Amino acid sequence: MSILAKFSGLAEARESLLRAGRDPFHVVFEQVLSATEGIVDGRKVLLFGTNNYLGLSHDPDCLSAAAETARSQGTGTTGSRIANGTHALHHALEAELAAFFGRRSCMVFTTGYQANLGILSALGGKDDYLLIDADSHSSIYDGSRLSQAQVVRFRHNDPDDLYRRLRRTGDGPGSRLVVVEGIYSMLGDVAPLAEIVEVKRRTGALLLVDEAHSFGVLGEHGRGLAEAVGVEQEVDFIVGTFSKSLGSVGGYCVSDIPGFDILRVASRAYMFTASAPPAVIASTRAALARLAAAPELRRRLWANATRFYGALERAGFRLGPRISPIVAVRMPDVATAVGFWNALLRAGVYVNLTLPPATPDDQPLLRCSVIASHSEAQVDAAVACFLSVAAEWRGVA
Amino acid sequence: MNTDPQAITRLLIETLTANPRITRPVSGETVIVDDLDLDSLAVMNFVMEIEDKLDVSVPLDRLADIRTVDDLARCLTELVRHR
Repeated sequence: MSILAKFSGLAEARESLLRAGRDPFHVVFEQVLSATEGIVDGRKVLLFGTNNYLGLSHDPDCLSAAAETARSQGTGTTGSRIANGTHALHHALEAELAAFFGRRSCMVFTTGYQANLGILSALGGKDDYLLIDADSHSSIYDGSRLSQAQVVRFRHNDPDDLYRRLRRTGDGPGSRLVVVEGIYSMLGDVAPLAEIVEVKRRTGALLLVDEAHSFGVLGEHGRGLAEAVGVEQEVDFIVGTFSKSLGSVGGYCVSDIPGFDILRVASRAYMFTASAPPAVIASTRAALARLAAAPELRRRLWANATRFYGALERAGFRLGPRISPIVAVRMPDVATAVGFWNALLRAGVYVNLTLPPATPDDQPLLRCSVIASHSEAQVDAAVACFLSVAAEWRGVA
Repeated sequence: MNTDPQAITRLLIETLTANPRITRPVSGETVIVDDLDLDSLAVMNFVMEIEDKLDVSVPLDRLADIRTVDDLARCLTELVRHR
């Protein structure tokens, strides 16, 4: 029997998708012209599924920084952070991120996925408990599983359930670390952070917030949900990514916990992988500076999100619970979702197709992300495409 | 509620049978994912419902070892005993 036989169910599901149209998990962009437009099959499409919230992937400062640094520092570090892969650039970015969040320490990882892998697998020891929201990203599940801790899920956004499960861990030795996200990537909903902090205070647990989708998006200064809710001092670890608001790739963890730096020789996903290329660090630094200096990017992002969400809601689409740069459009069934997604792409709009069991409540989603760089005309054009496709698909809006 | 192993097995079978998505008879030997055609989300929701009823939390690594209804009942019995 083939070693791949275990994937026969998945293969059948994939065949069924391919019969309905193109492979939604293998869309090839022949060119990405800007943060808002790309070329697929020789035709221009509007990009409404990139999570590139501030459009900084194509910012002139970020582009120059990347190009100049590649020329002067080389195309890669070819080494891990514990060998030859720590350049002055990496050190500088860590200092700048720590300063941005007002924290003592920062570790930069090569991807955001690795940041969760590296931090959770290292923090969770055999006497410890990791309590993770049920709707957590794969990187949180995987990082937790790699740890030696006991991993317990709590019901999504349910502080009462979190409290019950913390209480069940008893009074034994070890730490309890609660893990939540700022903005959840499926529906764009936010964690009830004030109530979660209250549970943390009552139980003595530690708290990690993954601000992947909320960094640069929430908070007056873009520091995320913890800033927006006014509980930054209660968050023990913040994890984030460079691949959304900062337009590049990489991840970080900031903290004030004394002795944090020991993780640099304890976290395998930090130690045993090549560090980020100099050009990536350079563009990330430039993007962080832009994020800090340009709050109008955040204002435009929310204006676009309000426009897009509002128009789709008025048209009768079923959306996530609140206005967010992540606009999830609920589809009644998989066949409709796949057909709608294909029709949207043919009409010139790229969004993300998300299918069960990856979705929170078994319903397929068309996940759209609105960004600061979208013009009002582009937002309106995307809405018009949704409406014209919906005219062919009854029961969606 | 009664939390001896047989009672827990009965609770699991009753809870699964009450789910309209499950059309086949359920017994202790039923393989939860394969025989019942439940995806990982449905299994997670089912386990959370049982956790609430028994006031226990099943750590995710223990879930990975569970194949049948009997496996789950044994795991839950142990967790209840150490509650």
